Amino acid sequence: MLSSTLIVGLVLGGTYALLALGLTIQYGVARIMNLAYGELVIAGAFFTMLMVTQAGLNPLVALILALPLGYGFSWLLYTVVLHPLARRSKSQGQLEVDSILVTFGLLFLMQGLYQVNFGGNFQGYQWLQNPVNILGTKIAGGRVIGLVFAVLIGALLYLAMIKTRWGVNMRAVASRPQFAALVGIDMRKEARMAFATGGALAAAGGAILSMYQTFTAVDGTFLTMKALVIVIMGGVGNLIGALLSGIIIGLVEAGVSVAIDPGLTLAATYAIFLVVLLWRPRGLFST
Amino acid sequence: MKFEKKHILFLIGAVLVVAGLAALPLALKDYGDGLLLGLFSYITLASAWALFSGPTKYISLATVAFYGTGAYTVAVLNETLPFAVVLVVALLIGLVISLLVGLATLRLAGVYFVIFSFGLAEMVRQLITWFETRVTGTLGRYVFVDLTTTHLYWMLLGLACLTLFIRWWIGESRLGLAIHAIGDDETVARHAGVNVTLVKLALFAISAAIITLVGAIQSPRYVYIEPSIVFSPTVSFLTLIMALLGGATRTWGPVFGAVPLFFLFEWLSTNLPDHFSIVLGLIFVGIVFIVPNGVLALIEGLFTRKRRGTRT
Repeated sequence: MLSSTLIVGLVLGGTYALLALGLTIQYGVARIMNLAYGELVIAGAFFTMLMVTQAGLNPLVALILALPLGYGFSWLLYTVVLHPLARRSKSQGQLEVDSILVTFGLLFLMQGLYQVNFGGNFQGYQWLQNPVNILGTKIAGGRVIGLVFAVLIGALLYLAMIKTRWGVNMRAVASRPQFAALVGIDMRKEARMAFATGGALAAAGGAILSMYQTFTAVDGTFLTMKALVIVIMGGVGNLIGALLSGIIIGLVEAGVSVAIDPGLTLAATYAIFLVVLLWRPRGLFST
Repeated sequence: MKFEKKHILFLIGAVLVVAGLAALPLALKDYGDGLLLGLFSYITLASAWALFSGPTKYISLATVAFYGTGAYTVAVLNETLPFAVVLVVALLIGLVISLLVGLATLRLAGVYFVIFSFGLAEMVRQLITWFETRVTGTLGRYVFVDLTTTHLYWMLLGLACLTLFIRWWIGESRLGLAIHAIGDDETVARHAGVNVTLVKLALFAISAAIITLVGAIQSPRYVYIEPSIVFSPTVSFLTLIMALLGGATRTWGPVFGAVPLFFLFEWLSTNLPDHFSIVLGLIFVGIVFIVPNGVLALIEGLFTRKRRGTRT
């Protein structure tokens, strides 16, 4: 009972962590709160489903394809919609309000488009349903592979952020936005790249999600909210914080749904969120 | 405050308009009655929302948390207490919740508050659902009260007038000055001796109490009430864009935003229900890019430009 809850929680937390990584990069570097983030995740899930059911591809191939598509779409979104706002706004507060409202608009727009094209039913496809035995707990094979890929992509991104020039620039913008320009970093380019990278992670997260669970056209909102809670728990822009918090939230959800009631998972997430905000508003792992 | 001629004229005009609006149900059929009720419910919601969010620039999505609480209070108590008493109870519950929530969260700013307020509604809904299924064993309740749609409409009309009056009165008082200062620069306001937290808390509580009352008055219209019906996030989002479209910092802004959008969404939900959220999304984007300060400010800007144009 306990070990199965732990494993379910870890698998859930792995995907959440990947989603939160993308959002924390977008918010930490580009300083845009993208409330339509979950809709991009769902876009990745729909794309994978179509590739599997219509084109007969393997979901893993679709995952590889989803990465550049998510990158390109978010790049375009930043350039066309969000950058003009960033240029127009005089203060950070104004930009925050504007970007919240615009991304709310995008959220509804994308959700509406999904509903018109796919309807409101549960979507999904069958893939590797046969169970794998891990420490006495039976888990669908697709779930395990999904987790492996989530960890792989997360680890690659982390290495890139720590080891490469690309990552150093981005971390500079995230931690000292007022000084990054002084050392010759093109802030605008970094912001656009960070936003696009976040989008690629969202699409990949959606592709992985679709490998092991069904989804609906309106699931994006709750994915955004969960990712956001995780980002704030971990501290905005903190990659390791986001990873750990994602796993914590996954474990808590699994625990609450087993011990109390599956209907209360979201309430539990928000209770944690509230405690974090009041107790350590800069994140659990801030120093 | 001195009473001048223009105040008296305005008062007479307002009384006539309100009397006309109150008599409107006599000329309308049942469907029109319901429409009118819905319209005034959104006018009041948007005005109450702007009461707090306009000057403080906090984007609150907690509207439906209070609206649903009001509706649910009526659903639980309508068989044991008279309607007027139930309304008072709903008002008190709204006040208590908003004070508790406000104390805990008004320190948050920006996106933190947005997410929290959105989550609040969801959390209340999940808790009530859980409580009803596990403890009382009745999910879904019926509301039967001895009131017609017209009665409910008169109550909402009165509440709408009261809300507009409060907004106007706050604008004229010292509190209004304090609020303006907070909206412009919170740190400066604090240094000028404004008790920022107290002012914000008071506004939040008044706004929440009005919203709770709207939910309570609307409650009999649903007849059958379930958490998923009265805690629908759409209410929060519609309220938000109505206030923003008209301009949340102006007394009449939310009214001017609520009227066209209410009819648009009413039409959409009967004729093009699938496209509801696409249109909602486009309006959000349109407001930010085309009328960031609201339609009223835009119109005013056009007029002053014209006047200046003719003078030169």
